[in-house]
Amino acid sequence: MALLDVDDLSVTFARRGQRTVHAVDGVSFSVDAGEVVGLVGESGCGKSVTSLAIMGLLPKQPGTRVGGKAVFDGTDLLQLDDRSRRDIRGRDVAMIFQDPLSSLNPVIPIGLQVTEVLARHRGMKGAAAEKEAAALLDRVGIPDPTRRLKEYPHQLSGGMRQRALIAMAVACRPRLLIADEPTTALDVTIQAQILELLKELVRDSGTALVMITHDLGVVAGMCDTINVLYAGRVVETARRRPLFREPRHPYTVGLLGSVPRLDAGRGERLTPIPGSVRDVLPWPDGCAFAPRCSRRVDACVGEPPALVLAHDGRSYRCVNPAPLPGMTPAEEIRGAVPTDATPGSVPAQAVPNDPPAVPGLGPAPREEDARD
Amino acid sequence: MFRFIVRRLLQLIPTLFGLSLLLFIWLRRLPGGPETAILGERGTPEMRAAIRRSMGLDEPILVQYGRFVRRLIRLDLGTSTSTKRSVVSEFLERFPGTVELTVTALVIAIGVGIPLGYLAARRRGRLLDHLSVGGSLIGICIPVFFLAYVLKAIFSENLGWFPSSGRQDPTIDATRITNFFVLDGIMTREWDAAADAIWHLVLPGLALASIPLAIIVRITRASVLEVLNEDFVRTAEAKGLTERTVRRRHVLRNSLLPVVTSIGLLTGGLLSGAVLTETVFAFTGIGAFIYDAINQRDYPVLMGFILIIAVVYVLVNLLVDLSYSLIDPRVRVR
Repeated sequence: MALLDVDDLSVTFARRGQRTVHAVDGVSFSVDAGEVVGLVGESGCGKSVTSLAIMGLLPKQPGTRVGGKAVFDGTDLLQLDDRSRRDIRGRDVAMIFQDPLSSLNPVIPIGLQVTEVLARHRGMKGAAAEKEAAALLDRVGIPDPTRRLKEYPHQLSGGMRQRALIAMAVACRPRLLIADEPTTALDVTIQAQILELLKELVRDSGTALVMITHDLGVVAGMCDTINVLYAGRVVETARRRPLFREPRHPYTVGLLGSVPRLDAGRGERLTPIPGSVRDVLPWPDGCAFAPRCSRRVDACVGEPPALVLAHDGRSYRCVNPAPLPGMTPAEEIRGAVPTDATPGSVPAQAVPNDPPAVPGLGPAPREEDARD
Repeated sequence: MFRFIVRRLLQLIPTLFGLSLLLFIWLRRLPGGPETAILGERGTPEMRAAIRRSMGLDEPILVQYGRFVRRLIRLDLGTSTSTKRSVVSEFLERFPGTVELTVTALVIAIGVGIPLGYLAARRRGRLLDHLSVGGSLIGICIPVFFLAYVLKAIFSENLGWFPSSGRQDPTIDATRITNFFVLDGIMTREWDAAADAIWHLVLPGLALASIPLAIIVRITRASVLEVLNEDFVRTAEAKGLTERTVRRRHVLRNSLLPVVTSIGLLTGGLLSGAVLTETVFAFTGIGAFIYDAINQRDYPVLMGFILIIAVVYVLVNLLVDLSYSLIDPRVRVR
């Protein structure tokens, strides 16, 4: 069984006098122990809201509705009361945020911000907690940790701050770590260091990682399984290699096509996806991506596209996917499941010759892989 | 830290000179003069001129100012033209009363205002929030002297719970050391004197606290609402900290920054603005004395009192800045 099973998660924000916003509209995905799973999509596709909903951190405002399930190790996180949720948060499931400066309390020293987690979940106090905090800072690559413990967030560089946040998140050796755009606010060189650090931590501790990002480079370097989100739904799920080699959903194709490449020919232009995230069709009326899609056919509108379980254990929601060379659609489609089926029940499977993104990590190879 | 304090105190010197020069000129531009107060309407021009000459008021204004500054450097503020006592001793006798009143008002305003503002923010949109926001609006709008009369009428004259005037019951034979009646009572262990002095402070303190209380409630509420949306509060929640820890360590402390600044500014207003309250409760402070000094054109008293209040104001704000740097490490002074 998966460590985290998100099933038909939906989040709606309703405000009096305004249209109800379906920020997350039936997202399903699963995370195995020790696996790195990516949630990818443009701004506004619901990635961050998904993670906040799982953590129970959505702002408590009237009109916010969360539906579906997020089963972590047998418990539905969404059904927990506030107290049990606080017990799990920071201990079993931890989170790293996007902007390290604003995510740290400016008026209390780094040390206390680390030890407060240790005190809360591991009952550590005083010198023992200090020592452990210093060890944690050292672990995440902060030099001179004992001195840094006494410093305040503004005295640290951006990269150091993110390292400190990571130290707080991994302080209790959580089984699941959710990283919401952890490198977006950082310089490119620092980004690489932070990603390396995350890989290392994940490999050493066996923590599963959900990586939320809009950056396909991050995904390519880290994730075993990738879920592409569009308009609050997962539109394609695949292992890393197949996704990058042969994206099927036109939106995934578009995402990959809009990334600048060094090996592109001279004068070759980027191919952005036309339109913006705002040009969506509500899911019940068809495919939300249809208004921007270059492969649109008549069948795209009218009813939402069914989830298709395809070749290589991938799945996508598209009636006219990008073709696979040398394979007819009939051969590659294993079966279509009805629209109301939960994509989480159709996990991406390990593919032969597709090593995990982080060496030494990832789900155990399945039978078909073992034969190779 | 030490250098910061020294620098701020040195900055005080030019400020005081500028203020004293302006005051000096303004006061002498007021129609009439001390001779009118002394002689009334009947004095002949010759008598007026004689008095002006005896006070040195016939000399050019800059000469007068120069003499004032020379005395000021020796910390001599001169003698009151109306009471014939030294300005410094008048001040030392009256200022403690005003300070006690100000401190009382601040204690009430801070002690009630911060918790109320915090609760209003936590219960945003609920009854308590509406009550405190509405109440603070009323608090700002009601004139202080009116509130003072109402409080006095209800709690003193009708119910008889509190004394209606003065700083202490005259039948109590209290020893005076500092003229801070409460402090004196504690220092001499005359507990009844201290308690009676506190009793006398309640009603004027409440009246004087109304506006600062309203301001503190509003600033605290707005500040807490802002901090609740900060990313670091979400981080604290993500760590699974108890609600109590999140509130105390992460929300409240950050919300206090603007409140502390406003307290510094309010203190200055309270020190110099207690005139009406002091008048209603016949409370011996500097307020009523300054009012009389203006009517009497008592230049030395006005100059001296206003300059000392300015110094106190600057010192209070220095203290606020120092405490600010204790709360927020980003503004650590150097």
